[in-house]
Amino acid sequence: MKDFIIPWDDDRDLGTPAKTGAPVTLSVDGVEVTVPAGTSVMRAAALAGIGVPKLCATDSLEAFGSCRLCVVEIEGRRGTPASCTTPVAPGMVVRTQSEKVKKIRRGVMELYISDHPLDCLTCAANGDCELQDMAGAVGLRDVRYEAPENAALANHVTPRNTSGEANPLWQAKDESNPYFTYDPSKCIVCNRCVRACEEVQGTFALTIEGRGFDSRVKAGGPLDDFLSSDCVSCGACVQACPTATLQEKSVIELGTPERSVITTCAYCGVGCSFKAELNGDELVRMVPHKHGEANRGHSCVKGRFAWGYASHPDRILHPMIRDSIDEPWREVSWEEAIGFAAARLRGLQEKHGRKSIGVITSSRCTNEETFLVQKLARGVFLNNNTDTCARVCHSPTGYGLGQAFGTSAGTQNFDSVEQSDVVLVIGANPTDGHPVFGSRLKKRLRQGAKLIVIDPRRIDLVKTPHVEAAHHLALRPGTNVAVVTAMAHVIVTEGLYDEAFIRERCDWDEFQEYAAFVSDPRHAPEAVEALTGVPAEELRATARTFATGGNGAIYYGLGVTEHSQGSTTVMGIANLAMLTGNIGREGVGVNPLRGQNNVQGSCDMGSFPHELPGYRHVKNADVRAIFEQAWGVEIDPEPGLRINNMLDAATSGQFKGLYCQGEDILQSDPDTRHVAAGLAAMECVIVHDLFLNETANYAHVFLPGSTFLEKDGTFTNAERRINRVRRVMAPRNGYADWEITQLLANAMGAGWSYAHPSEIMAEIAATTPGFANVNYEMLEERGSVQWPCNDDTPDGSPIMHVDGFVRGKGRFMITEYVATEERTGPRFPLLLTTGRILSQYNVGAQTRRTENTVWHQEDVLEIHPHDAETRGITEGDWVKLASRSGETSLRATLTDRVSPGVVYTTFHHPGTQANVITTDFSDWATNCPEYKVTAVQVSPSNGPTAWQEDYEDRARRARRVLPAAE
Amino acid sequence: MPASQTVSPAGVEEIIARHLHREGPLLPILHDLQDHFGCIPAEARPAIAAALNITQAEVHGVISFYHDFREEPAGRHVLKICRSEACQSMGGTALGEAVLTLLGLGWGETSADGRITVEPVYCLGLCACAPAAMVNGKLKGRAEAKALVAEVSA
Repeated sequence: MKDFIIPWDDDRDLGTPAKTGAPVTLSVDGVEVTVPAGTSVMRAAALAGIGVPKLCATDSLEAFGSCRLCVVEIEGRRGTPASCTTPVAPGMVVRTQSEKVKKIRRGVMELYISDHPLDCLTCAANGDCELQDMAGAVGLRDVRYEAPENAALANHVTPRNTSGEANPLWQAKDESNPYFTYDPSKCIVCNRCVRACEEVQGTFALTIEGRGFDSRVKAGGPLDDFLSSDCVSCGACVQACPTATLQEKSVIELGTPERSVITTCAYCGVGCSFKAELNGDELVRMVPHKHGEANRGHSCVKGRFAWGYASHPDRILHPMIRDSIDEPWREVSWEEAIGFAAARLRGLQEKHGRKSIGVITSSRCTNEETFLVQKLARGVFLNNNTDTCARVCHSPTGYGLGQAFGTSAGTQNFDSVEQSDVVLVIGANPTDGHPVFGSRLKKRLRQGAKLIVIDPRRIDLVKTPHVEAAHHLALRPGTNVAVVTAMAHVIVTEGLYDEAFIRERCDWDEFQEYAAFVSDPRHAPEAVEALTGVPAEELRATARTFATGGNGAIYYGLGVTEHSQGSTTVMGIANLAMLTGNIGREGVGVNPLRGQNNVQGSCDMGSFPHELPGYRHVKNADVRAIFEQAWGVEIDPEPGLRINNMLDAATSGQFKGLYCQGEDILQSDPDTRHVAAGLAAMECVIVHDLFLNETANYAHVFLPGSTFLEKDGTFTNAERRINRVRRVMAPRNGYADWEITQLLANAMGAGWSYAHPSEIMAEIAATTPGFANVNYEMLEERGSVQWPCNDDTPDGSPIMHVDGFVRGKGRFMITEYVATEERTGPRFPLLLTTGRILSQYNVGAQTRRTENTVWHQEDVLEIHPHDAETRGITEGDWVKLASRSGETSLRATLTDRVSPGVVYTTFHHPGTQANVITTDFSDWATNCPEYKVTAVQVSPSNGPTAWQEDYEDRARRARRVLPAAE
Repeated sequence: MPASQTVSPAGVEEIIARHLHREGPLLPILHDLQDHFGCIPAEARPAIAAALNITQAEVHGVISFYHDFREEPAGRHVLKICRSEACQSMGGTALGEAVLTLLGLGWGETSADGRITVEPVYCLGLCACAPAAMVNGKLKGRAEAKALVAEVSA
């Protein structure tokens, strides 16, 4: 199956999960093996190199003991125990092969095969079927079960019996899911899919219906199919299925893959490792990699299935240019496009000055690509006009955590959640936004860890099968700081803080000052109740639970950062963690859930206008010297422009040219009209993307991008893990993105000569202390590594701040609540907050171009039934959503997930233009936009607004492409 | 058999609430619902799932596992005839066929007038008196078709 063997890539299925007990030595077929106590005999045998036949066991699931194929003989024990459910014991002597067990296995197998279709040659799992393998392994040569005279043999396999009557036991294939099929006739009822849905994914969408010979896998209730059930299409069941019962449609269509390449998913910040399985250069399926340390063999619907966008007809494969944005696009050669772009940029600099152009790096691209784009600004444009889309998501995280702890990153690895006792989720929706982490969290919660949710909306985690939050604080949007400070008030005034930790690890004087600040009665839960809408008693109980419940871990997302006080809330969260001593070991910590695959990396790589790679300010001459020496240029000591400054400067005529890689600022940035005006005022906008995105409507040069499947590089996920991205096919557009940036730089006279991204990584390592020991050979060998990785921590850093904070003493910071300027009033009485949904991703450029649209075709507005009733709105109505910035229309859905006074929508679809509504208020420290709070009014409407229709029309015109002039 | 009641959401909720304090309340709830309504009404499933914080699939898995839980109320009389090996060897198969012929019904069917439901059962623990049957919860040893049918004719 593999085209190359990586040492750590041992994909054997060991049958049952790993255990961690004290070492136990036993003998299996005469081979001595030492394993942790609690390990099954099956796993011990596998570790000794001896495979025991099995069907219902797989090492991602706890042993079940139903197939009876794995029976063995154990000296001194009666009978033939199942090796999967029998734990090892010291001195145990196991025999996996004997006449007795061989006979049993053949008998079991014969029964299985008696009710299984013998269509192996035309079966989609041919060659990839464990039932087939086991029939071979046990030496099945005959199936003796025959139909009685004058009657059919009862089976689930044939639609009609021999006399032509319909077979009541037969069920048709369920093809409702767009990505996989369920064929009951091939099912051996091993329960692996049901257990995977429960144990791994935690959705519990599957069950076994009926009993005995009538047993069937069933999704949902009696009338459901897979699509209508609770199934979230994570693919865990398909992966667990040993037969063709649950099978990817792509495999049915294309055949079983013959080679695989390990790479990293390009969707969210979890950064799951996948095996891209291919035939030639045709991708057949993406399978989560069991040794991926972020995902541990799990996946979600996006990474597992939603990769079809890579070959979507909308993808642009040829460079295009135009003189003005009213003209249609002209397809040109790479040479012409790059020459056109370089000449225009240089022209603008000559006419309007060195600082009249800039770049936006992408959190979707690799570290190497991001590094090159900011190098383009600093080393070729000779200014610091570089910003990144992280500006609009996690910039407050970088600032806040940098201030408190000394590093702009999360403190833990994802495995850490397995040791948590209390998990505080604030402003994040892991089961939708970070589904694989969501599943890992739910697993821990089912084991008994307590959950606290602070979110204006009742996210799924608050109450989902087998998980229920101990506390849900449904605060008013925009009052995070007040709530977090009130929690600190309770912890300090009730004496629940960890004095020993604070004395040892933090600045005690600063703590005293902070303690005096939070102890002020105006921060008491009772005092802020009217403001936050959170009942004081509930808030007190929450603070006590967090402070006294054992290992407390905080996970947060954009609901924290995307506020006018985003940075303050991040600091407040850091304060909570330090107050309770929850930093520096497994199970605790402060964990930002990063929205995009490489938000962490793009920040690390110096994308911000004031920071060189490694979060070092450009004003520091010693840091500039490192890069000046490496690049042979003089680096501007003045910080450059942030995205919003670039747009402001554009409208006032000083900023003229932009190279925007892999970000759709028009759709994703706040206050769309302002962004549009800024872009329209520029004279050279270069969009480098897979698709003609919304920003490209205002572009003069379009450089087609490559997908993550088409290039080498690295992504850094939310746990600082540097994961390899490997090229599995040639770029359809001709070049990997780093090559395109290099072409542009060289056309402007840079003289770069990178031949492979590994050379770029070498430059990063040479210039950036946290990456000093990172190189591709090491990543090949180990799979991944968490930065900092240098001579102090050669193996990387799974947990940070273990013996002390990076900055020395942890710093408590005063977190004064300042209400946002964005307030409700008679004209705009409701608060709009935004979020995302499982099946779609960010602006939807990729997921909208996949079958994921069956789950979410349009953005809808969630509104509380009370608010809907007073406005005469019913379920599914078109409504107009208006703010001080603009208005748009979308359909409404009535739900009590949102409190009265709060409405919610997603921003995945350009037709909705949710960001026409959002304002340009932003975080005081970092300008991260305040997406999460906008005062709005909702009223009934007939359909799209004039803006939406104008916009549609404009976009249509802007996307015209002239036929190639040949 | 208790007379089946009209299904009301309040009635379902009340029955569920009675058992929520128990460890493993699902089976007691299902029994109580069936005692009350004569079956597990489809409308009760979402309420059970919500109250126990489990999924529709899990509720369905449990209900469908037990033959005794019904989706529709049974007839006024329920006649179960054993089809297991011991009874088969003592004429159980013939007994079953004779009863079905006399009633004009198939296995698991209820007569159009709602009088009688006939169901197969796999061992009543009365093998010593095979063939065995059960009429409205009462065991019948050495059962005969005509006698069984007579007993449910009212």
